[in-house]
Amino acid sequence: MPPKVVLVTGVSRYLGGQLAAVLAADPAIDRVIGLDSVPPSREMLAALGRTEFVRADIRNPLIAKVISSAEVDTVVHMNIGTAPGGAGGRASMKELNVLGTMQLLAACQKAETLRRLVVKSTTTVYGSSSRDPALFTEDMDARAVPSSGYAKDSVEIEGYVRGFARRRPDVSLAVLRFTNFIGRHIDSMLTRYFSMPLVPTVLGFDARVQMLHEQDALEVLRLATVENYTGTVNVGGEGVLLLSQAIRRAGRIPVSVPVPLVGPLGGLLRQTGVADFSPEQLRFLNFGRVVDISRLIDDFGYRPRLNTAEAFADFCAGHRPVIDPARIRALERRLLRVATLNRIQEPVDA
Amino acid sequence: MPEARVIPMPGVGDEPPRSRRAGSRVPAKATEPAVPTVPPTPTPTLPPTRTLPPLPADSGEAAPGGAGWEERVAQGLAFLRRRLTGDFEVDEFGYDEDFTDQVYLPALRPLYKSWFRIETFGMHNIPDSGGALVVANHSGTVPMDGLMTSLAVHDDHPAHRRLRLLGADLVFKLPLVGSVARKTGNTLACNADAERLLHSGELVGVYPEGFKGVGKPFADRYKLQRFGRGGFVSAAIRTGVPIIPCSIVGAEEIYPMIGNLKSLARILGIPYLPITPTFPLLGPLGLIPLPSKWLIEFGEPIPTAHLGTSAAEDPMLVFNLTDQVRETIQQSLYSLLMQRGSVFS
Repeated sequence: MPPKVVLVTGVSRYLGGQLAAVLAADPAIDRVIGLDSVPPSREMLAALGRTEFVRADIRNPLIAKVISSAEVDTVVHMNIGTAPGGAGGRASMKELNVLGTMQLLAACQKAETLRRLVVKSTTTVYGSSSRDPALFTEDMDARAVPSSGYAKDSVEIEGYVRGFARRRPDVSLAVLRFTNFIGRHIDSMLTRYFSMPLVPTVLGFDARVQMLHEQDALEVLRLATVENYTGTVNVGGEGVLLLSQAIRRAGRIPVSVPVPLVGPLGGLLRQTGVADFSPEQLRFLNFGRVVDISRLIDDFGYRPRLNTAEAFADFCAGHRPVIDPARIRALERRLLRVATLNRIQEPVDA
Repeated sequence: MPEARVIPMPGVGDEPPRSRRAGSRVPAKATEPAVPTVPPTPTPTLPPTRTLPPLPADSGEAAPGGAGWEERVAQGLAFLRRRLTGDFEVDEFGYDEDFTDQVYLPALRPLYKSWFRIETFGMHNIPDSGGALVVANHSGTVPMDGLMTSLAVHDDHPAHRRLRLLGADLVFKLPLVGSVARKTGNTLACNADAERLLHSGELVGVYPEGFKGVGKPFADRYKLQRFGRGGFVSAAIRTGVPIIPCSIVGAEEIYPMIGNLKSLARILGIPYLPITPTFPLLGPLGLIPLPSKWLIEFGEPIPTAHLGTSAAEDPMLVFNLTDQVRETIQQSLYSLLMQRGSVFS
């Protein structure tokens, strides 16, 4: 049974806004209510269609009134910030993420009309360490439990969500653990990282990175909202890229930084506003993280249209490379002709 | 029971070492009635065709008649271009076949062929396809035996199979070492990874002795240490793949460990800090391994498929199977040692 009234938190961000827009375009849904503490951009507002925008903080007790008066039956919680920069410092980011979620869940618990809750979580709950298995399944726990930042917030949020599920067993719950997002439009940690002309990496480490295309992320969120999957599921593209490989594919220049300098460099980039990477994101650059998505494909019933490499290629197509692969090919051809005295004209392909 | 396992050992001699000269080891060959329980499938008749196109550095010394030098320049440049544009594939474990074939294995080959003069036996015991678990003894202070066994399986097996090793977490913690280990197809020794690889039909290699084996004093050479907790046996049972015991002779002598700076090792957070006759006495020169003669033998597969997956929950069965594998390797180590004669022969 499709939902009648959907509340989406965090609609001023890219994915939240897109989801609200898609839901608003679905005639089977009566009302879509969008919530955020900051107003959406003008383009976003145009795309939102018939979504009713409520400018409120999820920590505001008024949320309970909104939910009960509109008889919301489905809540999609996406208002979880990933970087302290956008939220005005780590303390307020944590307040918004963890206390905001608690408040929202408290309001949800009181809402008699509520039937379904969808939470956008993240695979950072698995942490990132040298002792990690190659792929995480949903039943595995982090080998090194995240102790700071977004990852720690997400672990706590999932804990509160489990508590809510115990108290309201009549509400069906889907927890979506997303890998890193990539695409032309979305603004994510990785899109900012791969947009830098010189990309810092950790010397002697090459993380395996799994990415999910923004359109696939949106489709999974929509299916989770309108259908009835219950449980926790990893959501990511198939396959992996090595960090160094991805940097090359994006036509960027990797700069290897020795381990002791990684922290100070991250701080410098943060202070100068070039990039905002938290310590746990820097750790991610060492070891990366890959999750098993067989539950997504078999149980949830969705296979991402683009795998990691294809999703990344779409991102690269939208960004001008610093080093154009075509120029490397041209250089190869020239070198080849000189070196083989014109006996071989064209490069060999594997 | 240990005696019973000795019987297949003479069978070692019935398979002539593929593509290697068998000069010194004559006596063992006389025993004819070795029972090849595994039917000698078409493996010996298969020409050593490579599934991949002959690549420059790879086939450089093996087949000089094939590609001309221009071809090799072209392939070298193509490899550089692939690296610079990121145009290669890795699997979800981070295995980078392009790098392994073009850089890693060619770099190990001189060591394998000229330095350790490695001979392999019983390669027919490794199936041409499908999952199998190779269990080997560990030695040598530096885990060179892992690198060499991978190369042995790749070069000497008719199907050129890839051996995916399971390594200790320290390996993956170290800069450079960890990333090279992943790129060359190895992963962390944990049940999740082992079972995932075996399920997907890969050939997996494991050294159950771990640091206790690789970091043991020279006086204890060729004495198998404790075989972990038998985790490798339960992984094989759960995936129903055969266990192939593998005995490596020669790796014990490459860095004879005559002392161990235990307290300094503890401060540095490593399991041991070796003193060898040449290290740290000769400084970096002490890092050159001694040119011992190596023999690697793959024993008869021990099937586990008939046990059923629930057998992994039976600790007694798991312990017995672990002991059986351990005894097999120990016995075959003794017979290989007899066969080898002197250390540097």
